[in-house]
Amino acid sequence: MKLRSALGRVRGLGSAKNGFGHWWHQRLTAIALVPLSLWFVNAILAHMHDDHAAVVNWIGSPFVSVLLIALILSLFYHAKLGLQVVIEDYLHDEPYKLVALVAMKFAVAFGALLGVVAVLKISLGMA
Amino acid sequence: MANFKLPKNSQIGTGKSYDHAQGAKRSRTFSIYRWDPDSGENPRVDHYRIDLDKCGPMVLDAIIYIKNEIDPSLTFRRSCREGICGSCAMNIDGTNTLACTKAIEDVADDVKIYPLPHMSVVKDLVPDLKHFYAQYASIKPWLQSQTPAPPDKERLQSKEEREQLDGLYECILCACCSTACPSYWWNSDRYLGPAILLQSYRWLADSRDEATGERLDELDDSFRLYRCHTIMNCAKTCPKGLNPAKAIAEIKKMIAARSL
Repeated sequence: MKLRSALGRVRGLGSAKNGFGHWWHQRLTAIALVPLSLWFVNAILAHMHDDHAAVVNWIGSPFVSVLLIALILSLFYHAKLGLQVVIEDYLHDEPYKLVALVAMKFAVAFGALLGVVAVLKISLGMA
Repeated sequence: MANFKLPKNSQIGTGKSYDHAQGAKRSRTFSIYRWDPDSGENPRVDHYRIDLDKCGPMVLDAIIYIKNEIDPSLTFRRSCREGICGSCAMNIDGTNTLACTKAIEDVADDVKIYPLPHMSVVKDLVPDLKHFYAQYASIKPWLQSQTPAPPDKERLQSKEEREQLDGLYECILCACCSTACPSYWWNSDRYLGPAILLQSYRWLADSRDEATGERLDELDDSFRLYRCHTIMNCAKTCPKGLNPAKAIAEIKKMIAARSL
């Protein structure tokens, strides 16, 4: 039986006082992704008919490597922020929600690291 | 998980039909959600065909006519009949609005009436607004000021300062917007919803209030405020033509201004 007052339930555990960071980072990564995605699609189209060596050589230039790493980091961070909202919106069972959030964050971090290491390997001449 | 299907005891059955429009020049059928907690039965939709020349022009006039002339058990809230009390908020023709300001003429076909969506139903068209009112109380909807009021007159506001409250003070807390918001449907236990956030901004925008920082502290929470994903159902449905989504955006801007 729950006899707690309606106001007590609404106040709950109080304000987390940190909602702004998530909202702001989602907008920052969205802004960053506009030029980065346009550049990436454009560049891929331009190199579509190149052979393997030419593409490796292209990725290996510092300018391209940095842009690719920036794209990967922004993209995966943006995905993490968005997926977090989806899970928080629709999963209401607290233990499941926590497991889903942790699993999602690990998966996104893994994807981001994989992408960054792949670019670095080419960029540093190890591929 | 969010529920996408109604629980078994909420599934709507077929109800009764009443024809009270024999020989009428202008008639209309009202299909109204009915549920009586004492009957133990599932909700149903009853159909009432009435003579439009025997009642006033608004949907509220029609349901008052039905209650008086056909079925006294039909239950709904109403008071002012002129769009200022917010009591007769319900879902009419698929949109949350006030029955007293919604013209029957503006509905093309049968007039379908349901209680405000995703709220516990007390009876028929009466939703349980206890939690909604508690959320309103939680934002401290009163002037908070350390500076004492002048002893011989009211606290002054310039004309420009007063104009900051336009589009906010008109809110009558009918709950049409909050109950039209999917974020509020799924997360109203923690998300305050558009109506309460607009009311919150009404005090943040008040030049006489001195608790802006504390108010923003209370709102800076990924559930209380940032569950708003700006889908704008609130602004679309508001029977008073207000824009709660804009008020929410203004709160986010205030928090950004003090954080950056």
